[in-house]
Amino acid sequence: METARPRPIRVIVAKPGLDGHDRGAKVIARALRDAGMEVIYTGLRQTPEQIVTAALQEDADVIGLSILSGAHMHICPRVVELLKQQGLDDVLTVVGGIIPDVDIPRLNALGIEGVFLPGTSMQHIVDFIRTHTRRHVDTVE
Amino acid sequence: MTRGVNVPGDHSFTTISGRTVGRVYSADDLQDIDYARDLGGPGEFPYTRGIHRSGYRGKLWTMRQFAGFGTPEETNTRYRALLAAGGTGLSVAFDLPTLMGRDPDHELSQGEVGKCGVSVASLADMETLFEGIDLGAITCSMTINGPASMIFAMYLVVAEKRGVDWTRLSGTLQNDILKEFIAQKEYIYPPRPSMRLVTDVFSFCAERVPRWNTISVSGYHIREAGSTASQELAFTLRDGIEYVQYGIDSGLDVDTFAPRMSFFFNAHSDFFEEIAKYRAARALWAHAMRERFGAREPRSLMLRFHAQTAGVSLTAQQPYNNVVRTALQALSAVLGGAQSLHTNSLDEALSLPTEEAATLALRTQQIIAHETGVVDEVDPLGGSYFLERLTADLREEAEASFAVIDAMGGMVPAIERGYPQAEIADSAYRFQREVESRERRIVGVNEAVSEATGTTPILYIDESAAERQLARLAEVRKRRNPALVARTLDRLREGALGAANTMPLLIDAARAYATVGEMCDALRDVWGEYVETPVI
Repeated sequence: METARPRPIRVIVAKPGLDGHDRGAKVIARALRDAGMEVIYTGLRQTPEQIVTAALQEDADVIGLSILSGAHMHICPRVVELLKQQGLDDVLTVVGGIIPDVDIPRLNALGIEGVFLPGTSMQHIVDFIRTHTRRHVDTVE
Repeated sequence: MTRGVNVPGDHSFTTISGRTVGRVYSADDLQDIDYARDLGGPGEFPYTRGIHRSGYRGKLWTMRQFAGFGTPEETNTRYRALLAAGGTGLSVAFDLPTLMGRDPDHELSQGEVGKCGVSVASLADMETLFEGIDLGAITCSMTINGPASMIFAMYLVVAEKRGVDWTRLSGTLQNDILKEFIAQKEYIYPPRPSMRLVTDVFSFCAERVPRWNTISVSGYHIREAGSTASQELAFTLRDGIEYVQYGIDSGLDVDTFAPRMSFFFNAHSDFFEEIAKYRAARALWAHAMRERFGAREPRSLMLRFHAQTAGVSLTAQQPYNNVVRTALQALSAVLGGAQSLHTNSLDEALSLPTEEAATLALRTQQIIAHETGVVDEVDPLGGSYFLERLTADLREEAEASFAVIDAMGGMVPAIERGYPQAEIADSAYRFQREVESRERRIVGVNEAVSEATGTTPILYIDESAAERQLARLAEVRKRRNPALVARTLDRLREGALGAANTMPLLIDAARAYATVGEMCDALRDVWGEYVETPVI
């Protein structure tokens, strides 16, 4: 344990790219909120720059990206790179959507361990975030 | 209201939409239903039992498989394969930049070109897309909404250049912007100018392209976004009513454009509720058209619909299970009297479908059509106590929902205050919680779960399609007459500022090889862009 901060985990739920299918993002946003996290939903069509800026301004612990358009291998590396530039590489980044199997190891190699396909339970995502958040310690044993 | 017989403890039996159903239904449950008034025979008002007297005996539904990926060349190859395999209509899936009215070289298009559909930037792409396909002989559906008029203008110009008279063209433009604001979110302009683009297509086609379906009022995306069956039905039909009202307000006679309106519903997993939904939809539309708008032409009263099996029901786990789900969903659409059907492929929770998977999906329809015998009788489930009760209940619920939306001033004001959006988000979350708690079982997800074995072959779209599209676009920009492009776009802006029909202006711009992005930008200059306030 480093610094115990007595606040809930703060999550940016973001929809990058042109894709407007926001069912998953909205359901997950509610599930995380019901699990006691603070959730900021960015709305649609955010650029990686806008998402990382939001993470910085909101002092987010986690960024959850929802991408169903196939643009994940374009968007995710850019988000990770921008986080590094901002010194935010300890922000946990996870992604959900229509992700072909072959891309999962590539996303893992970027440091994105949480890759959630259709059918993933909300509880699994909540648990994953609780156990993998690096910036936030009060819910981690 | 639940009728049917239930004993204490039976109340946990609900449809996928959360509707409680009885254990058994009988004639006692149908006492308020009058055959002639509420059902009518097939081909008779209010068309509950179908719009055709002979059902599928006269003509099977159109097997229309939605397809598009990568470049126009690649998609053209897939279309020829689908037609050769016995598909009877085409259905174009555009990529997201095209759907959002952005050219492939726009910064927002990076990483998206050709990914979830085909990239069409200019007339040159449209010519390639339909190379070797006789536009006078096929029916073509185009799933596009924000830039529907721009893409349709290009299609008309391709026909013109090939010498196919516009009066011979047959097909459907989705052109349903209201469900974009409600569910799919591929809008460009604010609702009111967007509605003008729609009614401009209504009046243009009534005069010039009389066999074209000018709109496909869509519940599909509303359901995919998480609505219940009842919400899908009510919001879609109320959207249809809104379009008719706008058409009439723009000066059109209802019977000149209403016969060319079509609908598009989801074929979801709850078998009987889905069949009841389609039957209720026909009766609701017939009544609304006659009573609200005084339509007289029988074709104005008949709701014709396309159905697509539920993409959202497909699972990434045990993907071959999706073949079975899709077959059952397709059967519900057929028993509900669909005019046209798309069956999803088994791999679509993972990627766009491979050619093998798309062929199997088409075969599923062919098996229903030729082997099951369900096409031989019209509305074979009509008269089932349960189905008729469900149909009547769905109708009543939709009427109640119409009253709520009417009280808000119609669907456009209801959307502006976020009403349907919030209702759908609530239903989506309720459903997900039911799955989580295993009240709702999904095979392979929370029931009969097994470890993943092997990988499913998928269609992988790499960046080379985008590179080829960027090169093509650069070539088009170099070869066209820039002064002519600028002039047609200026006329489009002027027309949009005034009351001119935008279709002829867009056709002129398409002839000059103006791009989708340029045409959409010209109208963005005049009307601005819509930004939604997200409702979680």
